[in-house]
Order: sequence, then C-alpha cells, then structure tokens
Amino acid sequence: MAAKNFGHAFFCAFITLIISYPIIGFNLEAQGIDVTLTGADTTTIVLVLLAALVVFLFQLFRDQIMGALKRVPMPSSDANKEPMAENKRAKIESWILTGIVVFALFWPFFVSRGSVDLATLVLIYIMLALGLNVVVGLAGLLDLGYVAFYAVGAYTFALLSQYLGISFWLALPIGALLAALFGLVLGFPVLRLRGDYLAIVTLGFGEIIRILLNNWTTLTGGPNGIGGIPDPTLFGMEFGRRIKEEGNTSFHETFGIAYSGEHKVIFLYLISLVLAVFTALVIRRFMRMPVGRAWEALREDEIASRSLGLSRTAVKLSAFTIGAFFAGFAGTVFASKQGFISPESFVFLESAIILAIVVLGGMGSQIGVVLAAIAVTILPELAREFSEYRMLIFGAAMVLMMVWRPQGLMPMRRIHIELEKQE
Amino acid sequence: MLEVENLSMRFGGLLAVDQVSLDVQEHEIVSIIGPNGAGKTTVFNCMSGFYKPTGGKIRFEGKEVQGKPDFKISRMGMVRTFQHVRLFGQMTVVENLLVAQHRHLNTNLISGLLKTPDYREREQKSLDRAAYWLDRVGLLSMANREAGNLAYGQQRRLEIARCMVTEPKLLMLDEPAAGLNPAETKELNQLIVSLKEDYNVSVVLIEHDMSLVMDISDRINVINQGRPLASGTPDEIRQNDDVIKAYLGEA
Repeated sequence: MAAKNFGHAFFCAFITLIISYPIIGFNLEAQGIDVTLTGADTTTIVLVLLAALVVFLFQLFRDQIMGALKRVPMPSSDANKEPMAENKRAKIESWILTGIVVFALFWPFFVSRGSVDLATLVLIYIMLALGLNVVVGLAGLLDLGYVAFYAVGAYTFALLSQYLGISFWLALPIGALLAALFGLVLGFPVLRLRGDYLAIVTLGFGEIIRILLNNWTTLTGGPNGIGGIPDPTLFGMEFGRRIKEEGNTSFHETFGIAYSGEHKVIFLYLISLVLAVFTALVIRRFMRMPVGRAWEALREDEIASRSLGLSRTAVKLSAFTIGAFFAGFAGTVFASKQGFISPESFVFLESAIILAIVVLGGMGSQIGVVLAAIAVTILPELAREFSEYRMLIFGAAMVLMMVWRPQGLMPMRRIHIELEKQE
Repeated sequence: MLEVENLSMRFGGLLAVDQVSLDVQEHEIVSIIGPNGAGKTTVFNCMSGFYKPTGGKIRFEGKEVQGKPDFKISRMGMVRTFQHVRLFGQMTVVENLLVAQHRHLNTNLISGLLKTPDYREREQKSLDRAAYWLDRVGLLSMANREAGNLAYGQQRRLEIARCMVTEPKLLMLDEPAAGLNPAETKELNQLIVSLKEDYNVSVVLIEHDMSLVMDISDRINVINQGRPLASGTPDEIRQNDDVIKAYLGEA
C-alpha cells in the first residue's frame, strides 16, 4: 500500500525542500553598501526539514488519510434535505435580508469608530463587487481593469471639488455617469474581443488610467494625489468641528449635541450602506429584466443569442457600462471617505481583489458576493499578526475554494417563474 | 417570400456553395437535401447572416438581406435552429423563451426599474406566449427546469418553441430530426406541418430523414458538392436519376 507511494512521496518532499530552503533559508543582509548572503539559523532549517517531512508522510499515507476524510460527514451536504418550496424560500430570504439591513442601520451606534470605518470600506467593496458581478458573473466578460472605473469615480469627485467646489451629492451622479461613459467608450472597440483577449485589453486600460493619473501632474497632482476632499453634508449640515463653507451649518450645533468625530464616520457609513443597498436592489431588478436575461444568454451561447435577434454589441456594452457606473459610485464614496486619493489606491491588485470576491462569492450570486466581500475585507484586518502572509493565505483560500466549492460560496440560483396554463 | 439567387460562398480556395438558387413561397415547406458536406448548412449560414456570401443575392420579402448582420435578419422574421442544439443550458426553459422575445419586450432600463404599466403588460404577454408554446410542444411541466437538463428530444422541441415565440415568418430548421427516435420524429412531423397550417409560417428544412422530407415537403432542392443538382416536388425528386445516383442510392 504505502510502498507504491514511496517514490512519489520522496519526490514531493524533495521538491518542498528545494523550493522552500532558498526562499526561507537564505537572507540578504545589507552591511554598509554591500549585500551579503547569510544562511538561516537552526530553527528555520529545522522548520523547513519538518515541513518536508510532513509532506513526505502525507504523500506516503495519502490514500489512508483521504479515505478517513471521506468518512467524515460533510457539513454542507444538502442531498437528503427536502428542498423548500420556492415561494416560501424566497419569502424567508427576503425577511432575513431586511433583518440584516435593519441591523446594519443601528449597528454603528454601538461599536468603536475603527469598526465603523472598516465597515464603510466593506460596503465600498460590496458596491464594487456587485458592479463587477454584472460584467463577469452575468455577462461573462472577464474585466481585469475594473479598478479604472473606480478611479474615474474617485478622481471625478476629487477634481470637481478642487477646481469647482462641487459637493459630494452633486459629484456622486456625475462621477458614476462619467465612469459609465468611460465604460461605454472603452467598450465600443474592445467588446468584439473574446475571453482572454478582452481580459488583456481591460488590464491595459486599467494601467493606462493609473499611469495617466500618475503623470498628468498639472491636473491630478501625480503621485502626490489630491487632498482636502470634502466630506458629505446632510442637507447643508457639515460634520466638522468648524464650518468650512459659507452658508452651511454644523451638525452638532443644529441638534445641540456635543461635537464628536464619530458622527462623521457613522454618517459616511450610513451613506455607503444606503448606496450599497441601492446598488444591490437595482442590479437585482436588472437581473430579472430583459437586459439581465440577455446578458446571461449571451454568456451561455453567443451564436444562439444572435440568431434570436440579440445584438451582441448592445448587450455587452450595457453590461460594461452598468458595471462601470457602479464602480464610479463606489469611487466617489471612497474619495469622500479617505479625504485624500492618489494613484496608489488604484493598482492592479485592487482589480484582482474585486475579481477574487466575485469568484469566491459565486459568479452571478448577489448574496455570495456580499459575503465574500465581507470575508475578503475583514479577515486581513482580524489577522493583522499574519499580515506578511496575507497574500499566501489568500492564495491558499482561493485554491481550497476551487477544490471544494468551484461554484463559489453561494452559487447563483435561478428565479422560478410561475406560468398559468393556457385554456 | 424568400428568393436566393446564384448564391456562392468561397472559403479561400474552397468553393463551398456554387450558384445555388432557391425560392420559398408563403405557406410552403421547402427542403434542402444532399450528401454530407454538400454545403446545405453553409447556405443556411449565408441566409441567416452568419456568413457574408461572396456572390449572389438573397431577398426576403423583396428586401436584399445578404451581408446584413445576423440579428437584424432575425428581427425581420427569419429565424433558424441549429444542427447541434444550442440552448442556454444554465437558464430555465421559460427563461430561454423569454430571451427570444427580446424584441417584443420593453427593454427600456428605466421603465423596467420602475415597473411601468407598459413594461408589466409586455412582460405578462411574453410569459403567456411562452406558456402557450411550452404547452404546444409538451414542455409546460418542465418550465422551471434548467434547459441543459432536458432530454435530447425535449431540447429539440424547446429550440423550435424558442424560434416560434419570436413570431417568425420563415423558420429555418437545420436537421431537426437528427438524434430523434421514430416516435419523436413522427411528433416532429406533425409539429412542422401544424406550424405551416395553423401559424402560417413558411419552413426551410435541411434533413437527412427521407421519410420525413418526402412526407411534408412541398418542394425539394438537392445540392451536391456545393452545386444545385435538382429541384422539384417530392415525386419528381424520387424519380430523378441524378439524385438517385448522388444521394438517395439505388434500391
């Protein structure tokens, strides 16, 4: 039994050794202007050897281990569960969702400022992921430069407020529409491309926007970014200690309460919450509308869709534009939350993370995407001690997900439609 | 209503279709038969706009359509099925039919978001039409199943239903009986005849099942190696020596 795996196990252990030793074992140390290579201390070497041993033993007894694992009952097996009636399930689902939103409305008043700040970031990622979900999950267009539209939204607000003094509420639709316009203009030439080619072009577009922001120093300030972006106001009430703009009143004075920095954080959180719920609801409607069905049809079979009279360009453009629109939304909120933006915030890694959220959550599934956005944003914060290994853990999680739940946390479920029999 | 005149299609050095002509009158079933590789599907692809023909003219209801984009041709009322079933496998059966009615729906985003009366009314109408056709092809009980999980014969019927909800004037069927058992072929036979009789749709049919072709066709065009070989009524074709030699075989 074990003997036949011996060669394979030995090989795997050897590979572990030759990969991990140079990476972990050697250190480059700077001494003055010279760099010297030093070996690792004993503990590291012991650890590397131990890791190799673990790999060796696992591969040697792999059949037995995997066999034992199979006997452990899977927690998520719903094979023997009675499927719930369709309308009953939908009702329960909508109750739970309403409950969560109500809870989210009151939650910030009882927790620390840091948590609320983090939650705002989560909500921004939810908006982004829901938007990208339209493009990737529903329409099946792999977009690796999604962050570009996010940047357009953020910079629109930053520039408008800097040069024209436009407020958050006016900048919100302008930023979103401008991002949508970018989506439309970019979409026209590239949407005839398919799959991998489209991914590369969108990747390039994302970089172009970032490099443009970096180098157009006269307008965007280049790598220095833009600061002093105003906070949103509530019907002309500002949340700062002192009023910055004439004609505005301040929130704490109007209501006669003591000034607290938390007000602003909570207000931003609530705005993001409302916008995220708005995004989710609008996209949910889209999914049930002709345009949503057209996105999916085109993803499933382009030739059949065309033979039924769907215009490929129009359908793809609509998905691209709507996705970009919500990215612009999220960008405006982000700029307002940070108060300062620079091209640093819009690197390719952001696109990759948003895409990872969509894939982890389950392509096309809104609840799955929301859950994944929460997980991907919060986990790194909780595990700050491991921050060096963040990307490693992230990668491992992706691999495990693909093995166990290739369709994502919550695979998309089809909406059932009641039909009445014709007389 | 459809006239194809000296249609030619050249792929590099290969002349796949050479000077093929055919015409379809209203209320008529016209078949295209011929050996494998004769260019039948290529003719279909040219007619439905998937290929841009290198020569010849295609007129549909008096308008020239050769070289028009496929989705525009389909919107004019010329809809086709495929040799290999092409359904939207992950969507439900009824969704497949709703996608096809894109043209009849209110696709305005704003009115969809606000659920305007016009939007609801059209949505309901297309649901009714979908239900009607599902009932017609015997798939009503399957309406909420994923289309990819249907049996092969059911998928074939769904594909025809999906064409019919677009309310076409001319239906192009590419080997609709391929892979069906004799009983299913018989049902198909009745369905196609009823499409013509009850819904006033003209049909162009590519098929290898000779009993089906001979039974329902009003006229038959035979193509061999891209060139037209013969055309006429089923009886004329059955007696044509060239056709027997090239395709039907001597009994």
